[in-house]
Amino acid sequence: MSLDRLKNCFERCAAENRAALVGYLTAGDPNPAASEKLLDVLASHVDIVEIGMPFSDPMADGPTIQAASERALAAGTRMRDVFHIALSVRKAHPAAGIVLMGYANVAFAMGYEYFAEQAALAGVDGVLIVDIPPEEAGDFTRALKAHKLCGIRLVAPTSSTARRKLAAEIADGFIYYVSLNGITGAEMGEISEIRTQVDALRQQAKLPICVGFGIKTPEQAHAVAAFSDGVVIGSHFVNCITAHEDNEPAMLSELDKTCAAMRAAMRKGGVGED
Amino acid sequence: MYDFEIRHPPDAGGHFNGFGGKYAAETLMGPLAELEAAFYASWEDPEFQAERLRLLQQYAGRPTPLYHARRLSEEIGGAQIVLKREDLAHTGAHKINNTIGQALLAKRMGKKRVIAETGAGQHGVASATVAAMFDMQCDVYMGREDMRRQAPNVFRMELLGARVIPVDSGTATLKDALNEALRDWVASCENTFYIIGTVAGPHPYPLMVRQYHVVIGQEARAQSLEQFGRLPDMAIACVGGGSNAMGLLHPLRDDDIRLVAVEPAGYGLDGDDHAASLAAGRPGILHGNLTYLLEDDEGQIKGTHSISAGLDYPGVGPELAAMYEAGRLELETADDNEALQAFSRLSLCEGILPALESSHALAAAMRLAAKMKPEQMLLVNLSGRGDKDLDTVMQKTKEDAT
Repeated sequence: MSLDRLKNCFERCAAENRAALVGYLTAGDPNPAASEKLLDVLASHVDIVEIGMPFSDPMADGPTIQAASERALAAGTRMRDVFHIALSVRKAHPAAGIVLMGYANVAFAMGYEYFAEQAALAGVDGVLIVDIPPEEAGDFTRALKAHKLCGIRLVAPTSSTARRKLAAEIADGFIYYVSLNGITGAEMGEISEIRTQVDALRQQAKLPICVGFGIKTPEQAHAVAAFSDGVVIGSHFVNCITAHEDNEPAMLSELDKTCAAMRAAMRKGGVGED
Repeated sequence: MYDFEIRHPPDAGGHFNGFGGKYAAETLMGPLAELEAAFYASWEDPEFQAERLRLLQQYAGRPTPLYHARRLSEEIGGAQIVLKREDLAHTGAHKINNTIGQALLAKRMGKKRVIAETGAGQHGVASATVAAMFDMQCDVYMGREDMRRQAPNVFRMELLGARVIPVDSGTATLKDALNEALRDWVASCENTFYIIGTVAGPHPYPLMVRQYHVVIGQEARAQSLEQFGRLPDMAIACVGGGSNAMGLLHPLRDDDIRLVAVEPAGYGLDGDDHAASLAAGRPGILHGNLTYLLEDDEGQIKGTHSISAGLDYPGVGPELAAMYEAGRLELETADDNEALQAFSRLSLCEGILPALESSHALAAAMRLAAKMKPEQMLLVNLSGRGDKDLDTVMQKTKEDAT
C-alpha cells in the first residue's frame, strides 16, 4: 500500500540515522526515452522519486524546471509517458517512494478520478499539486483517497498557524516545507530560520517533514538533513540534463555522481561520523 | 450615479457558480487572504471610496461620455448605436479605473512597489501612470512578442518611470507575462502589490477588478436614462480577460437588457489561431482560477492569436464563464479582418479611432444592429482608443495592398 511504502521509506531512513533524499526530475525531459533512463538512475540513489508532470505554464517554477517542462512537451511527452515512466521506476525499484508533482490543470483535464486511478495503476504512492490548496482540494483529495494515494501538502513561510494546522490535518505521506518565499531554484533562505520553522511545525504535525526549494549543494543538504525528515532536490538534479544537451551518456553519469554526493549528505550528525 | 453595493458576490471562497476560486500556490494563500481582508475593509471605508471617486473624476476624467453614433447608425440602418467612450479616459482606455483602485489599496496596505502584467501595454501604462502619481516603484512584465507589437506603449511606460521586463518563456505573450508576475509576487509579496489587469486570477482579484470597473456600466445606465429616457436593448463588449465587459455589463445584468460578449476569432475558429475561450474552450484551471480555457486534450494551454494583443489570452474571467453557462451572456465572435473593417468604418464614419480590442465589439455591434429596428438601442463599450494600434493597422493595410 502506498501509504505504507512512504512510511517505510522514512522509517528505514530514521533507522539508518539519516534524512530521506527526495529527488525530482521532470518526466519526459529531455525526451521520454532518455527520461526513463534518467529516472532509473535517480531512483537508484534516492529514497523518494518525485516525478514532475510537464505543464505549459509552471507558475511556481524557476527557469531550470520551466525549461525542463518545455523540453519534455516539445519532445511530445504525454501523460501516458509520465505513467509509463512511473511504472518502470516502480518495477525496477520496488521499495522506492514515488510521488507525482505538477499543476492542477493536467489532473483536472483527465478528471481527478481517472487521474488517481491511472497514478495508482502506475505504482505511484503520493501526489503533490502545487495549485490545489486545501480550500479547493475536496474532490481531488477524495479521488486520491479512493485509490489509496497520499495527498502531500505544502507549507510555506507565509502559511498562518491555522493553515499549518489544516495542512497537518489533511496531509498524507509527508509535509513539504517550502524553505523560501519564491520559486524553485531560487537562493536558499537562512538555515537557522528554516530550522526554527521546521521545529515549530513538528509541534503541529505528526507526519514526516521534508524541506525543499533552493537546496543546491551537499553542504546545504547536510545542514537541512540535520533537523528534517527529508531533503528535496529538484533544480540541481535537472541541471545535469541542462548541462549536457543531446549528450545522453554525459547526463546519466553526471546525474549518477550528483545523486551520490547528495545521498552521502543525508547522514545526520557531523560529516566525519560515518 | 455610483453605488457601492456589491451585487452578485461570489461565495466565501471566491466562486461564481463553481468558477473562479483560489487555485494558488501555498506561498500566495497568506498574501491573498491579507489582500481580501484589505479589499473588503477599504470598500466599506467612506474615506477610501471618496478618494477613489475623486481620482476617477479629477484624474481619470470620469464620467466618460455616452455618445450616440448617429451617422454610423444611419448608414447601418438598424438599431441606434451608442458608444460608452472609455477611450476618452486618461491613458486612453478603461484600464485606469482598475489601477487607481488597486494602487490606492496598495498604498493603504503600505506596499512600496507594484508589479503588473500587460499584453497590449494598456494595463502596463495605466499601472505605470498611477505608480508615478503615488510615488511607487513599478515593474511591468510583458511578453517579448507583445513588446515588439506594442513598442510605443513600452516607451510610454518607461517615460512614466516604470521598468518593463521582457518575458521570453512559453509563447512570450500575455499568459507568460502573468506567469512571470506571479513568480515575482511569490518572492516579493511582503513589500509588493500585484496589480492584475483583468477580472481573472485567484480570488479576490476577479471580484476586486470588477468592482473597480463597474463605474462604466453605472454611468452608462444613468446617462442612458438621462440622455435618451430609456435603457438600451442590448449591451456589447469585447472579451479577452473580460474587465471592460464586466465593467459595462455587470451593472446591467438585473435589467431586461441582452448582454453580449465578443471574442476574438483571429484567423478563424477552425484552427488554433484565435483566442475565443468561451466559444471554443472548456473549463480548466490556470492563473489561480477555474474558468474556460483554450487547451489541448491533456490540459496543456494553447498558444493563441488575435490581431489585438489585449485579447490574446487563452482564458476568460470566471464570472463571465458563470454568466455564460447560466445563459445570461450571449456570445459573438469577430475575426481579425472584421475587427479591422470596424476600425476603419468608425474612423471614417465618426472620426473616432477605436482600439483593435474595442473594434471586435464594434464589428459584432454593426452586424447585430443591422438586424434590429431603428427604435432599438445598442450600447457598445468603446473600451480604448486606437492610437497604440496604428503600426499594426498600417502593416496590415500594406500587406493587403500587395
